[in-house]
Amino acid sequence: MTISIRSVEKKFGRYPALNHVDLEIADGELVALLGPSGSGKTTLLRTIAGLEFPDAGQVLFEGQDVTFASAAARRVGFVFQQYALFKHMTVARNIAFGLDVRKGKDKPPKAEIARRVEELLNLVELEGLGKRYPSQLSGGQRQRVALSRALAVQPSVLLLDEPFGALDATVRKSLRKELRRVHDATGVTTIFVTHDQEEALGLADRVAILNAGRIEQIGTPDEVHDNPATPFVCGFVGEANRFEGTVSGGRFTSGALSFAANGAGDGPAVAFVRPHDFALDDGGFEVRVVRAHVQGALTAVSATTADGRHIEISASRAEAARFAGAIKIAARRSHVYSL
Amino acid sequence: MLDDHPMTAETISARPRPSSANRGPRRPLFRRRSAIPGFGLTLGVTLTILSLIVLIPLSAVAIKASALSPGEFVAAAFSERALAAYRLTFGAAFVAAVINGVFGVLTTWALVRYEFPGKAVVNALVDLPFALPTAVAGIALATLYAPNGWVGQYLTPLGIKAAYNPIGVTIALIFIGLPFVVRTLEPVMRDLSADVEEAAASLGADRVATIARIILPALGPAWLTGFALAFARGVGEYGSVIFIAGNMPYKSEIAPLLIIIQLEQFEYANAAAIALVMLGVSFLMLLVINAIQAWSRRFV
Repeated sequence: MTISIRSVEKKFGRYPALNHVDLEIADGELVALLGPSGSGKTTLLRTIAGLEFPDAGQVLFEGQDVTFASAAARRVGFVFQQYALFKHMTVARNIAFGLDVRKGKDKPPKAEIARRVEELLNLVELEGLGKRYPSQLSGGQRQRVALSRALAVQPSVLLLDEPFGALDATVRKSLRKELRRVHDATGVTTIFVTHDQEEALGLADRVAILNAGRIEQIGTPDEVHDNPATPFVCGFVGEANRFEGTVSGGRFTSGALSFAANGAGDGPAVAFVRPHDFALDDGGFEVRVVRAHVQGALTAVSATTADGRHIEISASRAEAARFAGAIKIAARRSHVYSL
Repeated sequence: MLDDHPMTAETISARPRPSSANRGPRRPLFRRRSAIPGFGLTLGVTLTILSLIVLIPLSAVAIKASALSPGEFVAAAFSERALAAYRLTFGAAFVAAVINGVFGVLTTWALVRYEFPGKAVVNALVDLPFALPTAVAGIALATLYAPNGWVGQYLTPLGIKAAYNPIGVTIALIFIGLPFVVRTLEPVMRDLSADVEEAAASLGADRVATIARIILPALGPAWLTGFALAFARGVGEYGSVIFIAGNMPYKSEIAPLLIIIQLEQFEYANAAAIALVMLGVSFLMLLVINAIQAWSRRFV
């Protein structure tokens, strides 16, 4: 199912939640909507679901205008952050609900529903828990039930609103893998909302980064990380040291710091340097090492510049062994944006 | 399962055995220590109050009734007149609780889910039966529903007699019981989260299916509590009923009134016998309702 969002606008009172949003999603894609809270990512997801309706613009499914169609008519599967399971129903009846409420000839026979429930329980590895009530399950198990309930109606698109937000780190990791596996097994177009960049970059085929109701950039995880289109994306995705200064003659200068401006025009600018893009360089600027600690194969180094600003550097453990006292470093790579 | 953490056994077996010389405080004999203080105090006060206010007076009823021989007891407690009074009392209380069960859900729905002008006034009106002297309510209802009353005059041509008969009793009990249902349902309905309804909608359920299969079942346990409270209140109600009931023996005489009549004739033991039967039936019904409730709460 291809999905097109065309200049969608949505206001809550006077506050614009979505501001001319355009987005094209290909069939079978797994897309993350990433952004800080209040960026409009959940509103966008709910607009795609038919739980929220835009003030202007269009939502198209497979070229068909569904802007004001109900959630049921769109055949979307929606997974909520707080699971939204039906507490008074067993797991099996929760999963069967979407098939059970169908009327007349659309309603599959009982045996068919039972078979489908069994199949979905297997898919999310909850075999044998069909008779339990949601209150008898752990958070991770509840979210899997919510996922299989959404999949039971064979949705044209699966939408997840911060699906792992309420879970602890270990469960979150394993459920992420599980979502990827379920997506690959079913091939259903999937969109999920998250504020966790690691989750978005690690799971999605493409990531759309939202800020203040606009899409700042959409691209593969590599693209948005390595070639951030805007200062916001650069600061939000991945770690980065941020400097304010000026560009003149192709170089960015901020106090004692200076490096190549990568084609930004003259004038005031903001620059970002990833911690791993700093390297020892006698032609660079001087910093004083404050603290270093091991981070897996790397060492994270905190340092201060001559004018007292804080810098985070990340280097291989071998290289970091030479980081002590006052050293000279340079930026191998930087992202400079004219203001 | 994902969130199981294996426990390490060494830490437990390596613990030194306590020597008898420096043993700490002894484990209490009949209860586990709890980190929440005040168990002894609160339970003690509870039992004292319950005994003084509830248990001792109620056992006095049983003791008083035991003055009768079995034959006399049956004659007093199961006379034709008493049986008719029980039927009316429990029947009217049940019907009133059912009606309150229906309108209570609608009233709560309107109060919880919508904003409308005058909502605070409606909210206060719901509580009025709690505070109003029941006799005042009874007189007001009787005046309204009497054949020449404001409401009664329009019912009479339709062949409906709404006062001085069992219908009048039921009307009084509906008035008395409504706030119990509304106030028990209110917090539960307020806690129903919108996303559960959105989930049902996204799965293809229409409004009717969502209400019938998601919202009402979720309210079930609270509804039963409200129903039980309204029913219990109706069984015990006296003040408002006697003004509208007409109090005709065998027809519109409630059991509490029968008890008063026996007392006025100084037949204390007979009054106690009737009271004992009411006590027993009420206790049994509340027990059954509680059992149903426990069953319906199995998923919480």
